[in-house]
Amino acid sequence: MALAVDDTKGLVRTACTIRMDIVEMLNKAGSGHTGGSLSAADIVTALYFHKMRHRPSDPKWFERDRFILCKGHAAPVLYAALARSGYFPVDELKTLRQFGSRLQGHPDSKKLPGVEISTGSLGQGLSVACGLALSAKMDEKRWRVYALLGDGELQEGQVWEAAMAAAHYGLDNLTAIIDNNGLQIDGACSEVMCVDSISDKFASFGWDTISIDGHNMEEIIDALDRAEAHKGRPTAIVARTIKGKGCSLFEGKVEYHGTPPSDKELEVALKEIKENF
Amino acid sequence: MSNKVATREAYGKALLELGRKNPSVVALDADLSGSTKTKVFGKEFPERFFNVGIAEQNLMGIAAGLSLGGKIPFASTFAVFATGRAWEQIRQSICYPGLNVKIVASHAGITVGEDGGSHQSVEDISLMRTIPGMTVIVPADGVETAKAIMAMGEYAGPTYIRVGRAKTELIYDDSYDFRVGKANVLKKGTDATIIACGIMVPEALKAAGELLADGISAGVINMATIKPLDSNAVIDAAKVSGAIVTAEEHSIIGGLGSSVAEIISEFCPVPLVRVGVKDIFGTSGKPDDLMERYGLTAQAIKKAVKEAVAKKPRKV
Ligand SMILES: Cc1ncc(C[n+]2csc(CCOP(=O)(O)OP(=O)(O)O)c2C)c(N)n1
Ligand SMILES: [Mg+2]
Repeated sequence: MALAVDDTKGLVRTACTIRMDIVEMLNKAGSGHTGGSLSAADIVTALYFHKMRHRPSDPKWFERDRFILCKGHAAPVLYAALARSGYFPVDELKTLRQFGSRLQGHPDSKKLPGVEISTGSLGQGLSVACGLALSAKMDEKRWRVYALLGDGELQEGQVWEAAMAAAHYGLDNLTAIIDNNGLQIDGACSEVMCVDSISDKFASFGWDTISIDGHNMEEIIDALDRAEAHKGRPTAIVARTIKGKGCSLFEGKVEYHGTPPSDKELEVALKEIKENF
Repeated sequence: MSNKVATREAYGKALLELGRKNPSVVALDADLSGSTKTKVFGKEFPERFFNVGIAEQNLMGIAAGLSLGGKIPFASTFAVFATGRAWEQIRQSICYPGLNVKIVASHAGITVGEDGGSHQSVEDISLMRTIPGMTVIVPADGVETAKAIMAMGEYAGPTYIRVGRAKTELIYDDSYDFRVGKANVLKKGTDATIIACGIMVPEALKAAGELLADGISAGVINMATIKPLDSNAVIDAAKVSGAIVTAEEHSIIGGLGSSVAEIISEFCPVPLVRVGVKDIFGTSGKPDDLMERYGLTAQAIKKAVKEAVAKKPRKV
């Protein structure tokens, strides 16, 4: 389903709103993960505001598509998408990481409606996504499972256990999206522990693969549609992204992995993000 | 009753029975289905059985996902791999989100035998007990295993059930009423109480019988649920008999002995002696020889009871 130009524009604007929410809530919280939240903003926007069938007023609606944020440290992007979709008041974003808040440092499915499973320990989400997709297959359900992984996260062995299983069980109702921003905590993935040829790796495990620009809304949506159309195998979408995307202060800077915007940086960030609005 | 049954055999049969009753039950294994006995279920319900290969971390994650999708997954492998290799997956993907996953781990303890120390988990109860929200059950025999498995159909939340490889004595018959979290008082005693779990329960009964001849009245409690622990039963036993001996086929660190020590030292301090594996790894050998070698026998329990009784303050 191709998108009307106006719709694409609308999604791009939504992604801007999500980015503003992210930098604002992180600044207010005084801690948290800026870079990986911003790099995933366009992908998460495409899922929550276009691709996924879900009902914010009925978070447990059984026929919904499921999203698993395997890279749980990017919680702010998920919280912003959930709030803007209507799962909870946007105002609650201000409580991020505070004592008593439902918006934990990493997503907690016991606390916050809309979070499918608690994450934060890297490498575990894709297995859970496999189990969910398997249960949908058993019950001949139409709902799909989307899993968003970091590229550094691919260094976890469990990811490849899950990749092997997803292909083995023919989980074509599962789409993994890799936020390929090239950075992790201690530096570039290529320096810390090379994860290159991500597409080839997934392909050799029996997946269909699609490589896209993870900041191009049309490419993201086209890839998600193609993934749904592929039958018999799971699809990995390798999305080339820029860590910290949206503000020049953070873009491609490894230091902003786990540093929130200061008040001054917030001002710059909001201004730059608005320019794209 | 000299009838012997391995608790893993009882698990396999009970899982099949539960699966026949409840279509939501699914089973997972990591290439050990013949040993853990999930194969029995897999044969009748191939479409509800998933052998994920030698990938225990993924085993737990897939089980978590299946539970999110509304299934009741039973995930099995050897205890050492289930609780050791996949500990963090159990913590993060099963217990932290509070999912209804049943982990039934076989080949627990030293009665694994010939495979040796690498395969003999003496730490699994400890590892599982420490995770918030986890229920831990160590059945004493085949009957109790079957009852515990059947109870799982109605018991929500993450649960660890420990079963063994070796054939062991049956102490219960079908009339036994198993309840999660409820101690089973098998024998009352006034001089000391033996609190045992798993295959040490029959040894405890033997010890108590022989102690009578020595003029010592020892009670026996089967503490099948290690967590949530039936603290009242522990406190009652401490009050009534004034001395406690624990017996488990597990390290004395972190398991039943530790659980009981935590309760009595806080609420009713009395002499305590722990029978169990003394902070060492297992080794290859025949199960019975190993039980002897590691001091997991009725004789060792008798000795421990006498020690505990001797430590009691003298009545004036
Ligand atoms: C199992 C585990 N080990 C370490 C961490 C600490 N950690 C948090 S984020 C991160 C780097 C993640 O890099 P990447 O997957 O590339 O994420 P992104 O660049 O999208 O933020 C690390 C090591 C963790 N959360 N989980
Ligand atoms: Mg990265």
